Amino acid sequence: MSFKTFSRRGVMKAGVATGAALATPTLFTGAVWADAHTGFTNAPGDSTVTLGFNVPQTGAYADEGADELRAYQLAVKHLNGEGDGGMMNTFSERNLDGTGILGRRVEFVTGDTQTNSDAARASARSMIERDGAIMITGGSSSGVAIAVQGLCQDAGVIFMAGLTHSNDTTGKDRRANGFRHFFNTEMSGRALAPILEANYGSDRKAYHLTADYTWGWSQEGSMRTYTEALGWETVNTVLTPVGAGDFSSYLTPVANSGADVLILNHYGGDMVNSLTQAVQFGLRDLQVNGKQFEIIVPLFSRLMARGAGDAIKGIFGSTNWHWSLQDEGSQAFVRSFGQEYGFPPSQAAHTCYVQTLLYADAVTRAGTFNPCGVVEALEGFEFDGLGNGPTLYRADDHQCFKDVLVVRGKENPESEYDLLEIVEITPRETVTYPVDHPDFQGGALGTCNPGA
Amino acid sequence: MESIILQLLNGLDKGSAYALIALGLTLIFGTLGVVNFAHGALFMMGAFIAVTLNMLLGISFEVEDPTRTDFLGNVMMVDTPYVVHWFGESFGNFLIDWSVPISVVVAIPVMALIGVAMERGLIRFFYKRPHADQILVTFGLAIVLQEIIKAFYGANPIPTPAPDAFVGSFDVGRILGFDAFAIMYPYWRLVYFFFAAVIIGLVFAFLQFTTFGMVVRAGMADRETVGLLGIDIDKRFVTMFAIAAIVAGLAGVMYTPILSPNYHMGMDFLVLSFVVVVVGGMGSLPGAVAAGFLLGILQSFASMTWIIELIPGINQVVIYLVAIVILLTRPRGLMGRKGVMEE
Repeated sequence: MSFKTFSRRGVMKAGVATGAALATPTLFTGAVWADAHTGFTNAPGDSTVTLGFNVPQTGAYADEGADELRAYQLAVKHLNGEGDGGMMNTFSERNLDGTGILGRRVEFVTGDTQTNSDAARASARSMIERDGAIMITGGSSSGVAIAVQGLCQDAGVIFMAGLTHSNDTTGKDRRANGFRHFFNTEMSGRALAPILEANYGSDRKAYHLTADYTWGWSQEGSMRTYTEALGWETVNTVLTPVGAGDFSSYLTPVANSGADVLILNHYGGDMVNSLTQAVQFGLRDLQVNGKQFEIIVPLFSRLMARGAGDAIKGIFGSTNWHWSLQDEGSQAFVRSFGQEYGFPPSQAAHTCYVQTLLYADAVTRAGTFNPCGVVEALEGFEFDGLGNGPTLYRADDHQCFKDVLVVRGKENPESEYDLLEIVEITPRETVTYPVDHPDFQGGALGTCNPGA
Repeated sequence: MESIILQLLNGLDKGSAYALIALGLTLIFGTLGVVNFAHGALFMMGAFIAVTLNMLLGISFEVEDPTRTDFLGNVMMVDTPYVVHWFGESFGNFLIDWSVPISVVVAIPVMALIGVAMERGLIRFFYKRPHADQILVTFGLAIVLQEIIKAFYGANPIPTPAPDAFVGSFDVGRILGFDAFAIMYPYWRLVYFFFAAVIIGLVFAFLQFTTFGMVVRAGMADRETVGLLGIDIDKRFVTMFAIAAIVAGLAGVMYTPILSPNYHMGMDFLVLSFVVVVVGGMGSLPGAVAAGFLLGILQSFASMTWIIELIPGINQVVIYLVAIVILLTRPRGLMGRKGVMEE
């Protein structure tokens, strides 16, 4: 044996391994997973744990990504015992005490998804392989979320989805290591339909413009299902390329199509442009079939509403959460976020903050960072106090079930943040769909993957 | 019939933007011989002049309103724009409302300055370099400019509304004898089309009827001979670069109410504008304008529902298909002259 084989790295590795082996019995804290502080990808050391925040920092959703990042940083602060604790004080579980996660100080790395599946996978991979992230979270596009969720499943880390609204994220593309707190297009359809019927009646002709990717198709499908169930007729559906910019050539045929409702299955910059232009083309001033022409935006976001300006006034949509909610959890979060940054949080910020707390709590309850332990702790988990009322993380598809908000663009906003008014809080029972719903078939969770 | 007229109108306003950008591109190519990939960025800069002016006019001071509270429960601070405070309610609000048309006046000197700075500071060092080098350096410049804009203004589109007087739609159909509300077209888009027509007319008149324009045209045809006649053609070409920058900038300013500007709007238009230039014929000003409108109209017709149903995806590729056909049948483009880029 040559002297060289005793390299510094070799000695350190052996030392760490011995140390870990010796320490193992003292780490027996939880029940089932207690012996498992090794044997999974990126098992953290004793002092710190690293989370990976993968958000769009460039590209069309960069403003949403920036808000998500603010929420994550706030969550990390609260987990580490800094600040006022935010929703940790209202969360129905009281396991988080400001000492990090399982006694380890929380650190984080960030990646840029660029709202592009390939870039998002590359940054997630880098955070897992290079930075040792134990959990990946974030995203502002369903295409990205589905891509990163698949990668996390293969790598053996947990994926806590950020803003992703396509049914497929917890439908045909669901994965055992992935969890979604945000709602989906099926829930939007269920929540919106009764409000649309009450306001616009059951005899309407709808024209859809739809963003041509997984979320758009999903949104159009759900809206068609629920509006047609009301008795509405679908006159036409047109797919528009993402980032089309000028929608005039898609909008001009609408006025003469016989439709009296335009449903814009658009999000982000597309929604801002298509809605603003639809209003410019005078669609809302039209009288068709003896009725006032109406526009509907199924997925609303305050950040997008700001971009669309006056065009959103009076328009119905659905949203996951809004800062004007009066429950204790929402108020605590708005106060905490508002004091830190000077403006209220968006729904994207809310879902990301909540996902981080839910992950931390699940690890604490499981007593381990092992992804399989976390999956077990989150499956079928009932909680409250995080801004959406009593919520269930359904075991069968890793989708959260909670109340959904139907909102309308406010006619007389009192401030630049006061753009949406809550029309109805649709109860959880109404938006809960069966596990075997046809729109969610074609995939399976599989089994959790702890990785290495 | 109504839908055909509507798509024609759509094509005209999209074509106006293409034509204005392509006109500037051709001016720069024809005079300086530079393939300017930063031209889309000039269009974008113009749009952001309007955004900036809109923001500047909206700068406010805060006054406490004890009757209301903000989202944190503190006393609400109400914004009052300084211009309203200085010039009174009616004139102050008028300035804010008309910020886009006012930006046109502001944009002329600013864009001229940006154009001259760009030409003197960077592009003049690339006159004698191959076209590939020019493309690389101007493309790089475009990326730098758009990243600067993104750093200051963020990535999301920023709404910049037209004056209230131009909000809403004009009933074009009634004038043409159709039913009421059959053909509605937004006022501002009609304004944009007429604005573009005026700008194009002015540029042509300038080149056609002034001595300066005559020298420039002579320089475009034979730079060497004009130089031998003792005319400092380079100096005039700098002016032409500034004019091209102004045209692109004004196109951008006036486009803001149509499309909320974001940092990559320039790139979106640049690629299409190059196709327009190539189809129109490299170096031909009338060609650029004609091809701009032609391709705008074609693109708009290709987006009609029944055409997309017939040939799915045609709306995405029609411009390139037409470009291929024209280049195969008329390699110099519609109105291209012999000898341009053929040495």
